[in-house]
Parts: sequence; structure tokens; C-alpha cells
Amino acid sequence: MDFTLKIWRQKSAKDKGYFQTYHVKDISPDSSFLEMMDILNDQLVREGIDPVAVNKGCKSEGPVAFDHDCREGICGMCSLYINGRAHGPDDDITTCQLHMRKFKDGETITIEPWRSAGMPVIKDLVVDRNALDKILQAGGYVSVNTGGIPDANAIPIPREDAEESMDAASCVGCAACIATCKNGSAMLFVSARVSSLALLPQGKVEAARRVKAMVAKMDELGFGACTNTRACEMECPKGISVLHIARMNREFLKAKIKD
Amino acid sequence: MSEKLNSKIPEGPLSEKWTRHKAQIRVVSPANKRKLEVIVVGTGLGGASAAAALGELGYNVKVFCISDSPRRAHSIAAQGGINAAKNYPNDNDSVYRLFYDTIKGGDYRSREGNVYRLAEVSNLIIDQCVAQGVPFAREYGGLLDNRSFGGSQVSRTFYARGQTGQQLLLGAYAALNRQIHLGNVKSYNRREMLDLVLVNGQAKGIIVRNLITGEIERYGAHAVVIATGGYGNVFFLSTNAMNSNGSSAWQCYKKGAIFGNPSFAQIHPTCIPVHGEQQSKLTLMSESLRNDGRIWVPKKKDDVEKLRTNKIKPSQIPEEDRDYYLERRYPAFGNLVPRDVASRAAKERCDAGFGVNETGLAVFLDFKSAIERLGKSVIEARYGNLFQMYEKITDVDPYKEPMMIYPAIHYTMGGIWVDYNLETTIPGLFSIGEANFSDHGGNRLGASALMQGLADGYFILPYTIGDYLAGKISEPKTDINSKEFIETEKQVKDKITKLFSIKGKQPVDHFHKKLGHIMWDYVGMARNEEGLKKAIVQIKELREDFWKDVFVPNTNDEFNQELEKALRVADFLEMGELMAKDALHRRESCGGHFREEMQTEEGETKRDDENFMYVGCWEYDANSADHILHKEPLKYEFVKIANRNYKD
Repeated sequence: MDFTLKIWRQKSAKDKGYFQTYHVKDISPDSSFLEMMDILNDQLVREGIDPVAVNKGCKSEGPVAFDHDCREGICGMCSLYINGRAHGPDDDITTCQLHMRKFKDGETITIEPWRSAGMPVIKDLVVDRNALDKILQAGGYVSVNTGGIPDANAIPIPREDAEESMDAASCVGCAACIATCKNGSAMLFVSARVSSLALLPQGKVEAARRVKAMVAKMDELGFGACTNTRACEMECPKGISVLHIARMNREFLKAKIKD
Repeated sequence: MSEKLNSKIPEGPLSEKWTRHKAQIRVVSPANKRKLEVIVVGTGLGGASAAAALGELGYNVKVFCISDSPRRAHSIAAQGGINAAKNYPNDNDSVYRLFYDTIKGGDYRSREGNVYRLAEVSNLIIDQCVAQGVPFAREYGGLLDNRSFGGSQVSRTFYARGQTGQQLLLGAYAALNRQIHLGNVKSYNRREMLDLVLVNGQAKGIIVRNLITGEIERYGAHAVVIATGGYGNVFFLSTNAMNSNGSSAWQCYKKGAIFGNPSFAQIHPTCIPVHGEQQSKLTLMSESLRNDGRIWVPKKKDDVEKLRTNKIKPSQIPEEDRDYYLERRYPAFGNLVPRDVASRAAKERCDAGFGVNETGLAVFLDFKSAIERLGKSVIEARYGNLFQMYEKITDVDPYKEPMMIYPAIHYTMGGIWVDYNLETTIPGLFSIGEANFSDHGGNRLGASALMQGLADGYFILPYTIGDYLAGKISEPKTDINSKEFIETEKQVKDKITKLFSIKGKQPVDHFHKKLGHIMWDYVGMARNEEGLKKAIVQIKELREDFWKDVFVPNTNDEFNQELEKALRVADFLEMGELMAKDALHRRESCGGHFREEMQTEEGETKRDDENFMYVGCWEYDANSADHILHKEPLKYEFVKIANRNYKD
């Protein structure tokens, strides 16, 4: 398969970005999207090596920087806005699980970084998601030290609660929800953690403190509010439900009333 | 050297060793802990749990990771579960049985003392994780559920769907976040360690590259902990994440740390087969699938041919024409034999011409009988996310047609040599998790990597490092402007300058792929003397080629992923050679190390306990740039050595 790629290039956070067009040929339909990017980068590195190609007007900007790691949809490192959708045209997957058979031969594919005020571009398609760590550091945990813990079966937990907690805990922290939200809201991300812990007896003890701290940090870092468009849920590679946002709002209200 | 290689296993009965040891080692008072600094490199299960636990104790911790967040570490990709000897299912499990299964699974090439301690602390890990809010799978009664894994006849594996590694890592990451919030731990993301700094022969700090700015930075401490995982990516194609690498371990090795059993690499039997030359990464299908999936190939070559040319579908082949070869060869364990055994059996069938897929390099993993027995919804609840992942990658629906799988490189049992305290041969340098060599011998059992990472990080290192640090309470903060730091930093910078100055004709990946082919062909699932000797020569040639002909674009002073890869591949090109050397010298078959010259008539591994019951300990000789072999003999006082038998 052959493709035309329109890719966002930006040397650093300070530089101005622009779209650059590239062509890739003979891509196997069984190749993953990121394998296609590897092939492009191999081509771009070789263009840098080959002075003839550079002279022919190939602007040698070097390979395209993009984040990736596990390539099996779990580490949350890969991102990319592909043809206007976070993680591309397929549903319930991250970019690394997207395969070229989902595109038409000869198609033009537009590739951009996550765009959100809370996540500035580092280079090309790589963005800074440090804010997500900061929100979790504010309270996304159960405050227990290591050791001296009662037996794991001491507190039975209804299976349904554990399952629902697990649904929320599936969040991979990729930030597609934030990138896709017109308000740049981090509500789905934050609520997934709040909800996952609030559903378990272990997390209930400091639920009020947690939700207040995390929401405050989220606001402080400039993430927007939720206006219930549910775009986040649509693009979440793990299918995390906006019901968790509802639970977070309830938890938050409960906590504030007590104040 | 023999003095250096003192494993420090405490005397006494197995079950009392750890308790006695803990009673004897020194502790540091809270006031002194505040004055002591520890560097932890890596934030997987080992690194994150260690950094959190050390922070809780009151040490000043600096933690480094190469990703944008500690949560990305590759522990997150572990799917199936974590073992513990809780005996919740009442199936007669015990600490001893978990210990015994692990020793036997490792083909009698690991230390009794270490492995017993691992089994002993396994139960604490489950308690800890539940308290952190890890949503393990539960029964309707609200208690924790277990499933079975290879190499064991009891159900002792705790799991969170097919995302156990993710949930455990998020637990450790949360504990780490809490310590960061409290100010006990400082985290440095997008930083890659490029060298270890020794002062008076002791580990005192590291040199790192800031991956965003390219700046080379110095960090000092009273002790350094390496928790950077395994080096499976030396094979290019593996189930490891793309950024996983062995460079930190290799830097320590070149600074004098001994490396244990470098050739012991695990080949996982159930991975999605290679689709072609454009492939960059292999995807694992969890071992837990072997609880309900049955592995087979056709009995008739005729059917094989039709399958390869897509004339029939696997589901059309009748029961009587299927060869469930694991059930046939290993009736007692069936589809749940250990990974090395299952991998070799798949290779045997494919070599004999019964492999499916267009390439002939695949076998089936079939859920037909399980779906008939339990219903689709039960299978979906157990493995839904894995089935979805398979479908997305291959475009085949595994509820209807069997999965196709083939073995792939997955884990390295070898690693930095450590003693019972998890300290390397360099004072003040510790190594935990997959980065060390300690607990899995020649083969790791499924669901034991998570167990070891968290055991080391939460419950072992925080005790044993105290014994070392107790001797450092009067030592001032490490001066990062000392000549040792300046000199090491200069060496790192020189190496980077050299890489840019080559301006050759080939991208880094070109060399990495070539190395991968050599490794897989000669140092992979089956090894022999001739092939290993060939590999050593070819790797040397490739390495020389690399330093003459590699092209690294752009500059150091920016975000430069090609430079990152170049630095790692330069190390892989050295590690590969040591792996081949170790494999060549070990003229026996044990665990994942299969020497074709050493097999039984039935094609099983043939150990040579008389000559090889030791850890292969390699030392780097900087003068000759060569590797010197030492041996740490393994003594079995409590377990009766036997042939591994999974047949009856």
C-alpha cells in the first residue's frame, strides 16, 4: 500500500510548527501504524545521509519524533491525532494497535500531536504530559505504607464493585480524552482514578480528601471543565465511561458539603 | 574473585534464613536516614516499589525513568498474573511448594536461599497490593480469585483481568506518587542513565542524559539501585517495549560488576507470529490463555498444506485429525508445561513440517472446547481484552477460529550478579527485578516476574540496603564536582561525539535488525557449538561495521531518538557477544538454554550437573576488552536434584 502523509513538524516548544508532506510506498496492510512511521523515519534518516536526495530539494529535517514504547496498547506512551481523531479511525485501541489495513491504498493521512494548553509540544508529535503525573501526585493513592497489612482476604469486596473499579483502573494515561475535549478537560482521566479508588473499601477512608486535592490540582494546572459532550468517552482507547465523571462529581459534592 | 562472589546466603534451615538474616543486619535510625541519599534507576515494579518503600522509610530518594512518566515502565505490559503461596483455593499450596516449583522450573540453576525467601514474602505482596486498591479479580463471595499458570499443579496466580502488570504497577506508581508529593522522593522523567560513577571503588552516582534537552547531568548519592529490567531487545524482535534496553546493566558490568548467566533468555511460547520484514515488535498473548486454550497442529501434512494456502479454515479440521502435542507428550501438565518446554515443543512440530500460517512458523491455540464447556461469556470475562488485542492485530476473531501463536523472546533470567542482599560486586551498587540474575535459574515460571520485582522492591531491598547504608551515616553528601564525576561525564560526552562524527551510510535500525537475526538464528531457541562460534565472529564484525558506518542524524542538544537508539544498540552489540560466549561455554541444556548436542532421545533437555551446576559469572577486563569467566557453585541442601519431569 502507498500513502501520502501530512505530518506536523515542530523543532521544539519554542519554534513554530508546520505541516510537511511525505510519501511512503509498499507498506504491508498487516503493518501497524507505528511500523509505517518507522519505515518513514528510516527513509528520512537515509535522505539525510544521501546528499543527492538533499540536493533534490528534500528538506532534511531528520526523522519525525513520536512517543511510543510497549506497542501493545497498555503503556499509554503513544498518542497522535490521525485524520482528526485521537488514536486514529479504529475504536477502542491506542495508535500502536492501529493497522494499515484500516486505511485505503493511496490515502492521504494527516498526523498531528495532541493539542491542548496543558500539554505543550516538545518536538514534532511528542507532547509534555507531566501535568497528569502532578494530578495523581496530589492524591491519587491510598495512603498506606509498605508492610504491616492485614490479610488480603480480610475485607471481602463485592465482585461487581471490584469489576467496576477495574473498568476505571484500565486507564492508560494516554491523554486522548484531554486532547479530544473541546474544553481541554481532564475530567475523564481524573475521574477514572477517583472512581476506581472510591469503589473499594480501601479507598473510601480518604475519598473526600483525595477528590478535593485532585480536582484542585486539575483546576490549578489549567484544564477545562466538562460540558458533557462525551467526546472523551468516544475516543478513550479503553472505553472508560463518563459515568465515572458523574461519580467524581458526586464524591466532590459530598466532600464539599462536609466542609 | 571467589571472595567477591560470596553469595552471603545465611546459615540455618531454609525457613529460618531470612528471619535470621534480618535479625543480624544493621538498621539506620530515622534521624540518619534523612541524611542518606539513594538513586533508583528505573520505575517498573522493582524500581517504583523500591523508591516508594525507601521514601517511606525516610531516605532521600532520586528516581529516574526514560519515559515521560514512571507509569510507562514495561512491567505494565505483564498480563497474566502474580504468584503467591496463599493457598486460598485450599489445593495444598504452601511456601515450600512455590519454592520447589520455582527451583524445579528454573531447572536447578538458581539459589535455594534466594528462591525460598521469594516464596516467603510472596504473600505479603498480595496484602500490600490489595491495601493500595489494586482491583484483583474476585469470586462472588467477595474473596480473591486464583488461576493456574505453567509449571505448577496448583492455582496460585492472582490476576486483574489480562492487565495484572498494569494494575500492580499503578499500585507501586501510586505509592511512589505519594512519596513524591511528601517530598521524600524526587523524580526525574525522560532521563537516561549513561554511566555509573565510582568513587574509591564504590557506587556514588550516575551520569544521565536529559532526553528533552540533550543535557548531560550528574547525580550523586550514597548508594545506587539498578532496576532497569532485562535485555531481551538484543534480539531486535521481542515482546519487550521498544525503549527497554540493557544499557544500565552493561555500564555497571563495564565498571566491574559481575554479570550472571547472560545467555539465559526466556522464549515465550504464546506470541503472535511474525508477519513480515516490516515488523518492529512482537506481541505476547498471556500464558493464562493456556488455562483454557488447547495447543495443536494438524496430524496430516495434507491439512497443513491446505491451511497454509487458505483452502480450509482451522475450525474445519475434525478433532481426530488434530495433534494436541503438549497433552500427548506431557500428560501430567498438558498445556500448562513451563514456557521453555512449550516453546521447544512448538519448534519441534514446526521443524517437522506441521507448522501453520503462511510461513509455517505457527501453531494453534484453540478455545473451542472451553467455549463449548463454559460458554462464550465466561471466556470473554476471563480473556476479553486479550481476544480483542488479538483480533485488532491479526484481523481474525479468536472466538470463531483458533489463535495462531509462535515463541518469541520475552524475558532475561540472566542479569547483574547480586548476593543475598541484592548487592552487586561493586559496593553500594544494588540491582533488583529483571535486571539482576538471582531467582529464576535457567527458566522463569509464568507470573513470577511480577512477584520478584515487588518482592525485591517492597520487602527485601529496603531491609538489606540499610545494612550497607548503616556504614555511611557519617559520610557527607556525594560531591558531583569531584574528578570521578567530571571524568565519567567526559567519557560519556566523548562517546556521543564519536557517534555523531562517524557520519556513515546506515541508520541505527539496520544494525539492530542484523544483530537480531544473528541472535535469533544462533543464540535463540536452539543453540549449538558451530552456530555460537559463528555468532561470535559475526557480532564482532557487525560491531566494527557499526562504529564505521552508522549514521546518527541531528545533534546531541535536542530531543533525538536516533541518538538514544544508537547508544543502546552500541551496547547490545557487545552484550550479544557475551551472551553467545556464555551459551557456548555452557555445554549442557538447562531451562531455556537448549544446546542441541545435549538432548535426550525424546528431545528433552539434558543437564550436566557434574560440570555445570554453577552460575556463569562474567567479569569485564577493561585492559583486554575481554570477558573472564568465574563460577559460583550452586549447592542444593534441601531439594533433591532430579530431572525435570512434566510427563507424570
